[in-house]
Amino acid sequence: MADPARPSDSNRAPLALHVPEPKYRPGDQADFSHIDIGAPGDQPRPDEGIHPSQMAGLAYGLVRVLGDDNQAHGPWNPRLDPETLRAMLGHMALVRAFDERMFRGQRQGKTSFYMKCTGEEATSVAAAMALAGDDMVFPSYRQQGILIARGYPLIEMINQIYSNRADKLKGRQLPIMYSSRDHSFFSISGNLATQCPQAVGWAMASAIKGDSRIAATWVGEGSTAEGDFHSACTFAAVYNAPVILNVVNNQWAISSFSGFAGAERTTFAARGLGYGIAALRVDGNDALACYAATEWAANRARGNHGPTLIEYFTYRAEGHSTSDDPSGYRSAQEREEWPLGDPINRLKKHLIAIGEWDEERHAAMDLECAERVKATTKEAEKNGILGHGLHHPFHTMFEDVYEELPWHLEEQAEQAIRERIAKFGTERPFG
Amino acid sequence: MSEQMETAGEVQAERRLNMIEAINEALDIMLTRDPDVIIMGEDVGYFGGVFRATAGLQAKHGKTRVFDTPISECGIIGVAVGMGAYGLRPVPEIQFADYIYPGLDQLISEAARLRYRSAGDYIAPLTVRSPFGGGIFGGQTHSQSPEALFTHVAGLKTVIPSTPHDAKGLLIAAIEDNDPVIFFEPKRIYNGPFSGYYDKPVEPWKKHPDSVVPEGYYKIPLGKARVVQEGEALTVLAYGTMVHVAEAVCKAKGVDAEILDLRTLVPLDIKAIEASVEKTGRCLIVHEATRTSGFGAELSALVTERCFYHLEAPVERVTGFDTPYPHSLEWAYFPGPVRIGEAIDKLLKD
Repeated sequence: MADPARPSDSNRAPLALHVPEPKYRPGDQADFSHIDIGAPGDQPRPDEGIHPSQMAGLAYGLVRVLGDDNQAHGPWNPRLDPETLRAMLGHMALVRAFDERMFRGQRQGKTSFYMKCTGEEATSVAAAMALAGDDMVFPSYRQQGILIARGYPLIEMINQIYSNRADKLKGRQLPIMYSSRDHSFFSISGNLATQCPQAVGWAMASAIKGDSRIAATWVGEGSTAEGDFHSACTFAAVYNAPVILNVVNNQWAISSFSGFAGAERTTFAARGLGYGIAALRVDGNDALACYAATEWAANRARGNHGPTLIEYFTYRAEGHSTSDDPSGYRSAQEREEWPLGDPINRLKKHLIAIGEWDEERHAAMDLECAERVKATTKEAEKNGILGHGLHHPFHTMFEDVYEELPWHLEEQAEQAIRERIAKFGTERPFG
Repeated sequence: MSEQMETAGEVQAERRLNMIEAINEALDIMLTRDPDVIIMGEDVGYFGGVFRATAGLQAKHGKTRVFDTPISECGIIGVAVGMGAYGLRPVPEIQFADYIYPGLDQLISEAARLRYRSAGDYIAPLTVRSPFGGGIFGGQTHSQSPEALFTHVAGLKTVIPSTPHDAKGLLIAAIEDNDPVIFFEPKRIYNGPFSGYYDKPVEPWKKHPDSVVPEGYYKIPLGKARVVQEGEALTVLAYGTMVHVAEAVCKAKGVDAEILDLRTLVPLDIKAIEASVEKTGRCLIVHEATRTSGFGAELSALVTERCFYHLEAPVERVTGFDTPYPHSLEWAYFPGPVRIGEAIDKLLKD
């Protein structure tokens, strides 16, 4: 407390704590006209060997390719062939159809939990397509698009979500915490941002061994506040690690707007500059810009020029998870007013504008995606849904804690099976 | 001891090392044998470590095998987990166990659970080396014994050597182990065994039989205790520095104690403990760490559950007090000869 008796205190104005507040709360009309999104094609595409200190414009600006005219503009146009563009659109459409179905499955009680990535499909699908298939990815929980872009079987995703007897993770993990070594997709953890230094370590290992593979990691803007993000940036810069640090800035960390991660003062891309890391801020709803940024960063990493931090500026169109209701903390109008639109719609319109797609084909594709997911869901349900008894044998609960079961886990496994038999007369009452 | 050793090659000439030299040799051997072994940590590279454990290794094996890191325990462990996922076998050093806490999330949430949560898709074969324990006037942040934080975590193994011979063999085994291992090195006994009689001169390792360290590769299996001495009157369960303190106190008091050096806390050598307590009927547990919820509580519970009808007295625990590690009052805090002596007297009362 200021002491008026002390002359040095008497003339000082009281300090005030600033607590960030989002612009729009429930009931407010959202208006994002204050956001400067720049014009498509207005950012230069420097050589991949550029020094990070020369990238301030790219870290504070926004790399965009697709314009309101649905054409690709400027030096960041990755000039993909129509077949690749259609594949990209197809992957994103499948991700959305999958999300819709799994969300419904949770509401129907087939599983405990689900998280959609609606509106953010480009940040995983397009980025994954710009990487080599054996580049290692360390995703957060909202990059299911990577698995789909890499051809991971949908049925394996659903088996994992249902925690059934075919679940490759043996029912140990919360739904959507996938893992697939065969697809160079690292095991997802519930602990936020832990994957960031791990990706840097993987990239360092690749460099130590003289490999040519690189690593990429994804983290939400909210989780950049974790210490692990700082550690990852420091190590990536110090060792010039061949890694891409993706920050998916979807404006919301559950109920907290991006201001609580520091967005009122700077961009997330700009953080890279302070570490000496190349930095790009990208329209995250522009699949071509997402692809081009990853391609640039991958070239930089593969050329031993070091890491890149990419901020994908996007919007989390749905609730955080099946356990979340965004109408409790943000304006219902935000999704419609978001100035960067919808990534699937924008790519669709581009393909139509260049004469490589039409509404009929798009409608047919959407139908096919929905049918495919539905049929695969039915197939997966034969292996069981959560809580209906078709799970892995009890002993598997004790396996893989260590490479070999120590005596205390053997004893506890025997106990668990004894309890089971006491209750049901058999270890596996459901066969 | 010899039947637990896997030696490669001919019988070697007798050679004595202190614990630092033994650890340095184990690291050197593993760097040479396995190109996937990587050593990293604060000051471990050019300088060779603040305790000299990695001296000479960078010069011999190169900067991409042995290197300095930023001061970030979270980063050191997190990066090591990623290296393990790639296929390397990282041996990160945390300069003091007191500073391992910023890396705890990576150890507990990631390294310990990676094999389990990925159903074996990915593993974390790291060995985290860290000097630990007190008795060196290290004050609050250079003296702690946080082993119970790690023994409580499913998926981690915790190893603590008490001699140069064991330090080398256990470290080689830990590095080769495919599970994450916390390898705590009792820094009080880096240069010589410590009796707990702090007012007496300290003997160097060269006068102790367990400083005879074979050259070349050998390992001591994790999960196996060492019988320091056989006895009939009571069983002492100890590890690290306290093995030597307990031994000295039993000798001074003329007690015919059977002393077990646990060496590995998880997985624990329960058979050796059961066999000894069933023989002696009395059990004393000694550790430097604070008492409440310390590893001694687990040992006491296990002995009581499994050897209850053989016990002739309640299990005794001699530990550090439930306070932060003090500086000036170090010897009042340290579980030394007086505290251990009282517990022995109590155990042998009738």
